[in-house]
Formats: sequence, C-alpha cells, structure tokens
Amino acid sequence: MKAIFERELKSYFTSMIAPLFIAVMTCIMGIYFMAYNMNYGYPYFSYSLSAILFIFTFSIPILTMRSMSEERRQKTDQLLLTSPISVTQMVMGKYLAMVAVLAIPCLIFCLCPLIIDSTGTAYLAVDYSSILAFFLTGCVYIAIGMLISSMTESIILAAVGSIGALIFLNFLVSLASFMPSAAFPSLIGCIVILTIAVIIIHIFGKNAIVSGTIEMAGIAVMTVIYLINPDLYENCIPQLMEQLAVTEVFYQFSSEYIFDIAGIVKLLSAAGVCVFLTVQTVQKRRWS
Amino acid sequence: MIEVKNLVKRYGNHLAVDHLSFTLESGRIYGFLGPNGAGKSTTMNIMTGYIGATEGTVTINGHDIVKEPGEAKRCIGYLPELPPLYMDMKVGEYLYFAAKLKEIPAKEMEESVNQAAQMTGLTEVMNRLIKNLSKGYKQRVGLAQAILGMPEIIILDEPTVGLDPIQIIEIRSLMKELAKEHTVILSSHILAEISAVCDHILIISHGKLAASDTAENLLRQMDSSNKLDLIIKGEREAIEKELRTIIGVTNLNEHADEPDSYSCTVYTDGTEIRDDVFHLCAKRNWPIYEMKYSRANLEDVFMELTAENENEPEEEPASGKKFGRAKKAAAKEDNE
Repeated sequence: MKAIFERELKSYFTSMIAPLFIAVMTCIMGIYFMAYNMNYGYPYFSYSLSAILFIFTFSIPILTMRSMSEERRQKTDQLLLTSPISVTQMVMGKYLAMVAVLAIPCLIFCLCPLIIDSTGTAYLAVDYSSILAFFLTGCVYIAIGMLISSMTESIILAAVGSIGALIFLNFLVSLASFMPSAAFPSLIGCIVILTIAVIIIHIFGKNAIVSGTIEMAGIAVMTVIYLINPDLYENCIPQLMEQLAVTEVFYQFSSEYIFDIAGIVKLLSAAGVCVFLTVQTVQKRRWS
Repeated sequence: MIEVKNLVKRYGNHLAVDHLSFTLESGRIYGFLGPNGAGKSTTMNIMTGYIGATEGTVTINGHDIVKEPGEAKRCIGYLPELPPLYMDMKVGEYLYFAAKLKEIPAKEMEESVNQAAQMTGLTEVMNRLIKNLSKGYKQRVGLAQAILGMPEIIILDEPTVGLDPIQIIEIRSLMKELAKEHTVILSSHILAEISAVCDHILIISHGKLAASDTAENLLRQMDSSNKLDLIIKGEREAIEKELRTIIGVTNLNEHADEPDSYSCTVYTDGTEIRDDVFHLCAKRNWPIYEMKYSRANLEDVFMELTAENENEPEEEPASGKKFGRAKKAAAKEDNE
C-alpha cells in the first residue's frame, strides 16, 4: 500500500494535477478570505470556507478522474493486480494519496484563523472544526470521484460523471423540498428507490434469483408496513434525501457552530462505502 | 509447478478458453503457441490472477490463485502483452516501485533491481523517463520488472514483439539463462521463436489444448506422413495409375502446369517410396525430371493442429495424435 501511495503522490505532483489543485483551492480561498475576513472584518473563517465548498464540485473531479480509469486504459493495472498486494491495498493506496493532496490546501487554510486572531477576535474552535469538516467532506467527494473513475476507462467520462454526481449531491437538500410528503406517494417513492438499488445489485451480482427475491421481499415488507401504519411513510423521502446530503454536515459546523459527531461518523462511513464499492468494482471487472 | 484444471473463460457468449487442463513442471521452458485470438493471453492472465476464470482452478506451487492470491502471486513474474509501464516514471524509479509491490525486502532491493537491470541491459537508461524510451527498451523494462526478485515462475506474453533481430537473440539467450533456475512460460504466434527456445510446446487453438509435447516429438509424429513432389515425362493417366499402386501412397495431387509431363505431389504414410518410384519409372522408361522429398516442419504441425480444430469443432482436444494431414494439405493446395 505504501508503494502505491508514494507512487501516486509523486505522479500527482509530476503531472501538475496536484499543484494545479492546490493553487486553485488556495487562490480562490485567498480571494474569499481577503474579501470576507480581511476587508469586511467578519471574524468567522468558517464563513469563507462555506463559500468555497462549491469549488470542490469541480476541483475534486480533476483530482480523481485519472485515479482508476488511467490504470485501466494504459493497462498498468496488470502490474498491480498480478502483484502480491490485494485490491483493497491498491485502492486504499490511491485513495490516501488523493486525500494527502487534499490535506495540503487544508493545512494552508489552518493559517487563516491565526491571521484573524492576530488582528482581532477569532473563533478558533469553530474555525478549526469547520476546516476538519471541510476536509472530511472533501474526502467523501474524493471517494465518490474515485468510484466513478473505476467504472470507466475514459478520463473525460470520469470527470464529467463525478462533476454531475457532486452537483446532484449539492442540490439534494433543495430537491428534498420538492418531494411529496404524503404517505402513499412516499411508499411509491420508496419502491422506486428500492428498484434502483436492486438494479445496481443485479449489475454487480448478475444473479436474477437474488435480485428478484430482494425486490419482491422489499415491496412486500414496505406494503405491509404501509397497511399497518401509513404514518411512518409521511415525509420519509425528503428526510432520506437530507440524510444522504453529506454537504449538510459541513454547514452544521460552519453556520450552526455545532461540533456534529454524528455528522463526522456519517462522512467517514460515506467515504468508507464509496471506497468499498470501488474495490468491488475493480473485483467485478476481473470476474466478468 | 503449475497445475491448470478445467479452465473456462466466457466473455458473454464467446468462449475464450474452453476446458483447458495442463500441468507444467519446474525448470523448463514452455511455449504457448497458437494463432491470434486462440486464448493464449487470456490463459496467462488467468494464471497470473489478473482476471478470474469462469470455471476451473489454477494452482501455483500448491497455492490456489483465487484462494491464496498473495502466496501464489509471489511465485510469479509476469510480462503482459503490453508492458504495464508508467510513462511518467524513470526506469530506476519504476523498477524500485515494482520491487516494493513484489514485497522484496529493503535490504535486497537494490541488488535485485541492479541484477534485473543488468540482465536486461538497462543499466545505461536507469535515469531516463520511460515515455522517452524506444519500443524495444520499453519491452526490456517490462521484462526486467517480470524477472525482478527472481520469482520461480516467469510468464512472458509475446516477449519479443517489436524488438529488432539482435534484441530478439539477446532476449532468447536471456530466457535460456533464466530457465536454468526458473520455469519460463512464453507465448508466441511465431513458430521459429518457440522452436528455438522451448523444451515443451503447448499448442492452443480456439481455447482448447490441441497438442502438448516436445518439439521433437511433435515433429516425429508428423514424420509419419511425408510428401514427394514429382515431375515425370510420360502419359498422364498411366503414370497416375501406376503411382497409386505403390505401397505407402495415401494420396496424389496432380498439378496441371507441365505441358508434356506429369507433375504431382504424392503423399505417403511414412513409407520410403523413392526407390519404388525410381524402379517403376525405369521399368516403364519414363524419365524423372524432378523428385523432391520434403519432411514436415513445425509450421506444418501448427497448421495441421489449429486447422483441424477449426474444421472439426466438435472433436475433443487430442494430445498431438490426430493427423489427417494428407487430406488437409491436399485441400490447401486445391485452394492455391
């Protein structure tokens, strides 16, 4: 894992992707920092951070687009997959290298609260916990980008796919308000979500019996619950979407000034799930 | 030792490897021979754990490639068809990276890298970027990666593609050198290469094992059928009729390009018929203009086995015993 981590990190710096990523992040941060915190004298650095969270939507896919697809395109994955290291080690090495690149601008940002502190009142606890949440949100985005990159051989497709997925993730909370909250439409919505999940399971597993059973059992359970207590379904789709919106965790830190431990667990598990799915995608390709 | 049992690989409806089974002993050079698309690379990719088989097992030195991938892969050095090179790395960096991937202990790493670089003639280019190297050198870097740490089994997929004749000779002698202590498996569709270096040949056709034997044995089996090119002056019908009466003649293929003489190819079951042909012609007073005896070469064996499989897809894989050569050769010449 260490060998892959080192190689990837070096490759990000020789290919100019890492310097570009770091430059873009610090540059845009610098503009917001100068405007909000220096010029207008706003004491919370977390406010500037929340302004640039949207930049991740475009900068993270640039970082992740090559991660898995390039190996496949150049057939260098043959070297990695025929060496004694496991697929999990290979994926983790790559993931951690991207996380390390992300950590560099985040460490630079750590100077900003100190600058505010030197010129007046600063809320260091809020600012540093916001930087942590910002970093962890980035880690989730990297995991999503890497997962999409592992699904294709095309770098462009990986980049566009990741940007699309991240924009969708950003809009998830806003979209939630458009979703029906009544019980019956929510039941239909849950069945649609289940069906999408089953289709994904079927693509991975290619076992019609298993997928069919999950679908049938899921629909049966949902219908029974609906018949017993339809109130359970009320508002469930918007709530589910809000739960999936990982971006919301960061706003708890930066706007509500809450150290949201549950949110951190959520971010770590979201990243973990995406890394796990990346491993599964690589494995699946070997067996199909 | 490598044991491949009942290997099957399906890509959708296409059967790339069809119930392939063989056992490879240590310390020899094995050659995988087969036309393009025969399933050589797929078999090698499965043997090295790059892709999974649909059915069947591969055991490397007692370790199943699926159940104990770490142990099994530690025994193997693999050069795929396209060398897996990172273009943005220097040769030295790449070899050290490969050494780390292969979990070579830090103490032995420098020695291993230097040894591999020396054996493949890379010492001079260690500080050059891989993307700036010529195709031959890139191939050598791939080869150096495969022999790094001197694994017990070295698998090379078409190792000499893109190399110039001098490099080919160098690589061949390197393979012979390696075979003293290692098992070397190489694939190729070039017959000369396989016959030049391999102790044992596995002919693969349409995903099946068409033959598995030493080059000498394959040729000996082919020797049972020889051919004789003849040009005899005289009356066509009479000559043909008389030639067919000679014991050992299995078939006769007439060429129509000689105006007042009879030109043909006579196929035999291996019996020496040159004396009989001479005595026959002397008795009948037919002057012999030309008599050329030719023996089978490895190319004939290859054509025979791969074509036979194509014509008779239902037939079970034989271990180099079925030779309907005369029939096939006649058909081939008819086409010409």
